Amino acid sequence: MTTANAILASVAGRAVPLRGNDIDTDRIIPARYLRTVTFDGIGEHAFEDDRRGLKAKGETHPFDKPEYQGGKLLFANKNFGCGSSREHAPQSLMRWGISGIVGESFAEIFFGNCVSLGIPCAVVDEAAIAKIQAAAEKDPSAEWTLDVEKSELRGPVTVPVSFPDGPRQQFLTGKWNPMSELLSH
Amino acid sequence: MGQNLYQKVFDRHVVTRLPSGQYQVLIGLHLVHEVTSPQAFALLRERGLKVKFPHRTFATVDHIIPTEIRDRQRPLADAMAEEMLQAIEKNTKDNDVAFFGAKSGHQGVVHVIGPELGLTQPGMTIACGDSHTSTHGAFGALAFGIGTSQVADILATGTMTLGRLKVRRIKVTGKLQPGVYAKDVILAIIRKLGVNGGVGYAYEYAGEAVEHMSMEERMTLCNMSIEGGARIGYVNPDETTFTYLKGREYSPKGADWDKAVTWWKSLASDVDATFDDEVTIDGSSLAPHVTWGITPAQSVGVDENIPSESDFAEGERPLIREAYEYMSFEAGQPMAGTPVDVVFIGSCTNGRLSDLQEAAKAVKAFGGHVPANVRALVVPGSEPVQKEAEALGLDKVFTAAGFQWREPGCSMCLAMNPDKLKNREISASTSNRNFKGRQGSPSGRTLLVSPVMAVAAALNGRITDVRKLGKV
Ligand code: SF4
Repeated sequence: MTTANAILASVAGRAVPLRGNDIDTDRIIPARYLRTVTFDGIGEHAFEDDRRGLKAKGETHPFDKPEYQGGKLLFANKNFGCGSSREHAPQSLMRWGISGIVGESFAEIFFGNCVSLGIPCAVVDEAAIAKIQAAAEKDPSAEWTLDVEKSELRGPVTVPVSFPDGPRQQFLTGKWNPMSELLSH
Repeated sequence: MGQNLYQKVFDRHVVTRLPSGQYQVLIGLHLVHEVTSPQAFALLRERGLKVKFPHRTFATVDHIIPTEIRDRQRPLADAMAEEMLQAIEKNTKDNDVAFFGAKSGHQGVVHVIGPELGLTQPGMTIACGDSHTSTHGAFGALAFGIGTSQVADILATGTMTLGRLKVRRIKVTGKLQPGVYAKDVILAIIRKLGVNGGVGYAYEYAGEAVEHMSMEERMTLCNMSIEGGARIGYVNPDETTFTYLKGREYSPKGADWDKAVTWWKSLASDVDATFDDEVTIDGSSLAPHVTWGITPAQSVGVDENIPSESDFAEGERPLIREAYEYMSFEAGQPMAGTPVDVVFIGSCTNGRLSDLQEAAKAVKAFGGHVPANVRALVVPGSEPVQKEAEALGLDKVFTAAGFQWREPGCSMCLAMNPDKLKNREISASTSNRNFKGRQGSPSGRTLLVSPVMAVAAALNGRITDVRKLGKV
């Protein structure tokens, strides 16, 4: 668990497009991997059942495609991270390598967990997500920058993004993990 | 201008406004379970901190605990589960936090034991590393599900960071028909407003149907707020609330009780309170509901057919297709008659005494026996529920009809213990999530229903409209 409070003005790297609405935290990390007293090693189990399910059908999940390995930004659709409050979900994404998420909307508890872990989740509209997912699929090697300060995503296409004010300030002032601040009052 | 309960309770718990614009909010009750807490306690240890308010912190074991007596022997057969159990035993002991383990008389699903101990009270802020903490809103509390980092924040400081929510009042008018329960109401609400309709909102449940609900029914309603995207849901406290709380172990006593009731009454939403949104649902026209897909919004009345893609907006259709494929169901197929392999009655949604009483009544009213090809489990939500149910002879009613009577825990709600679906099995379940793989098999299928609908499914081996089975 991170206790550092680095200023998070931007996240840069390649992107992993992950299509689908209402992707719940049971799918992000199946419950059997919650049987642990640490978060160690759960990165490799991110989306495990979805990945296996697709493999069985002869298809490949983006997390298994060679071209997306090492991706840092996840491009998701609506209500991403709904369901259980398990922090194991953003922890598994983070440990797989994801440092920022751009999506149409996020479930609230998931969003809050991401803030505590220093993973900015930016919101864009339906047209913008369609554009950036298509661009990331067309050129997986493209570099993107999620700019928290300027509230924009730059890459093969550039789109405005939004963050709720509070969390945005937390990232920009390095207070996204609030324990130290809470302890001081 | 009047205020609603959310505004009143939130304002009274704000410690300070943080520079980010968020609020530091005091948490009055922190409930803890074994899955989402070990990393938080570890963080406190790393930082040399102790639990700040141990007397406001209560812990139990529910998710991983086996529900068959022989499997509850220590050490648990599953080494990982044993490690988690030992961790919470040690963490609570080191920090002087009350821990309700098996045979303590109070072990059970965290959202069942809080209310039954009288810990959950109107006007409180309550948090737990569990999304169904919304359950406690039934008492007029603001109850939040949180992640492990926030569990650590609250353990260390008794406070957490929160933004303000908007409030949507959902009025359920009229009287529910026989055979229709709080579970059907919340499934209908989520079907109407969607699984993310509540994002950014607290849900206030009101209206005649809600006023007539018992506390346990209100808990069922608030429990699934999160399934509609609302992090919290609540019902204004009233005489039903006070009657339920009076005399419970942690309820105020004597003169404190009268003071508390006056205080609690003052917290209910004012008559002229304003809301950011209002929705009305006709409770009298609702049918028993059953989910057919892979999100809790994908439900229909039991007398309806599975909807077709064209009933949904363009953007929703990929998920509808995904649901048909995963469930192996087709548009236009009637839900009644769908065969089931497993029936699960229990969980923080429907594992309380009145749920089991209604279920047992239905077993007697419908008659018959669970067929050999169906596995039916009844799992009481807590040790007190188990004890009271056994005192009423409910366990005998269930076992005589071929149901298994188990020890308390989360069980097959999320299958972190040995209770799991196998392969493509279909279960009719009184729990709250029908997500892919939720009940322990990556390809298992879940149909969410009320306890009485679950009994009918168990006895008939298929989804059955309980209204057609005579008196319920
Ligand atoms: S019964 Fe199910 S939903 Fe409730 S706390 Fe347990 S696992 Fe979570």
